Amino acid sequence: MSEEKKTIKISPIKKGTVIDHIREGQSLKVMKILGLTETVVKDVVSIAMNVESSVGKKDIVKVENREIGSDELDKISLISPETTINIIRDYTVVQKKRVQLPERIKGIVKCKNRNCISNQREPIEPEFKVMSGEPVNIKCIYCEREMKEEEISENIV
Amino acid sequence: MKLKSEFSKEHVVSIKDFSVDEIEHVLDVARTMEPVAKGRKTSDILRGKILANLFFEPSTRTMLSFEAAMKRLGGDTIGFASADVSSSKKGETLADTITVCSSYADIVVLRHPQEGAARLASKFSSKPVLNAGDGAGQHPTQTLLDLYTIRKEKGEISGNKIGIAGDLKYGRTVHSLTHALSMYDTEMTFIAPQPLQMPKEILGRLSRDGIKYDQQQNIDEAVEDLDVLYVTRIQRERFPNEEEYLKVADSYNVNMKTLEDVDDGLIIMHPLPRVDEISAEVDDTDHSRYFEQAANGIPVRMALLSLLLEVEL
Repeated sequence: MSEEKKTIKISPIKKGTVIDHIREGQSLKVMKILGLTETVVKDVVSIAMNVESSVGKKDIVKVENREIGSDELDKISLISPETTINIIRDYTVVQKKRVQLPERIKGIVKCKNRNCISNQREPIEPEFKVMSGEPVNIKCIYCEREMKEEEISENIV
Repeated sequence: MKLKSEFSKEHVVSIKDFSVDEIEHVLDVARTMEPVAKGRKTSDILRGKILANLFFEPSTRTMLSFEAAMKRLGGDTIGFASADVSSSKKGETLADTITVCSSYADIVVLRHPQEGAARLASKFSSKPVLNAGDGAGQHPTQTLLDLYTIRKEKGEISGNKIGIAGDLKYGRTVHSLTHALSMYDTEMTFIAPQPLQMPKEILGRLSRDGIKYDQQQNIDEAVEDLDVLYVTRIQRERFPNEEEYLKVADSYNVNMKTLEDVDDGLIIMHPLPRVDEISAEVDDTDHSRYFEQAANGIPVRMALLSLLLEVEL
């Protein structure tokens, strides 16, 4: 707890989700993956970027009044596998876990191959099979092209 | 005998979807098709069946070979040979074209300029889809006929030293073939000028899987103790200027001098069309197999059509 107090620059929340240990500079992409950049989102969202921590700099995103589901949060692991999720109720962490890479990724990333059929005007969502977790490597189920972490990050839809 | 019992595929999209047992089964069935493929026997096991050849880019040879394979087995074909005559020109999605055309036929053969097109087609088609090449992606029937040729000529695929020459960096044929051969116990030698060598990811995968391979720059030096030499075209457009291309193209010519010290049993293969990679004088030697290889496309495609359409032999 004392470590938290030293590093977190924004106040604790009463209820909601704290997404911690996001890779430095990736918080805006995390918000995009979670759909938090949409104008329909009315919850209070706070972001802290480049926060000092015991293992270097990190980003933090806090979403008040909303407990975001695991499936949705696991998508973050594509660009920031060390991220941890804290579910808060009444200022207390009731659940803490690290994001886990799902086996399949659908609709969050587009294929880096411009000539892939998934990048054309077709009634499908881009879809990838996760080949490995560390380092992250995914493969387009259509053109079979593989993508590494930095390529994934550049191609978030 | 229901052929399907040993072949569980609904579609043929990528060679990477095949296990060794499935490949061997296709090659076994292809062997039984040889007399019909050569016109020595007739068959009507596909009578009443219609194949739709949907060729969104021209590939006359592949299209004709599917047509011949279907007709040799008593079936019929419909289709188009270029995107100009299809509804894609009017803006129709591939998904819609496939949905409609698969309701007109019993099996769909697709050639398309975009990678992954056949996988998409397999999701929308109500009938089996056979990938006849999608952009720089997959062309599984080519790989299967390559394997069939090696097995037919050498007895088996494992145990051979196989040299693969040409544009190894961009060539889809050689990437698929390398993947397929890596499932067997073969020794591979990749012969190409440094800028056109096999991509690092593919070499890395081979190393991780414990596959033996070697890299050479000069075809004359590499060929000596090979059992199979697989030659592919070096494309002019990969080079910054004509001079650079000619320098490399010259050293990648297989001619009588190349064959001076080779093993008697060496066979030379090429997916065709060839340009300057193999001199015409090599055609008449005991080593050339590229025309037989092209002819082998018929029994292999006949086997796939029969397996996908679940007919009895």
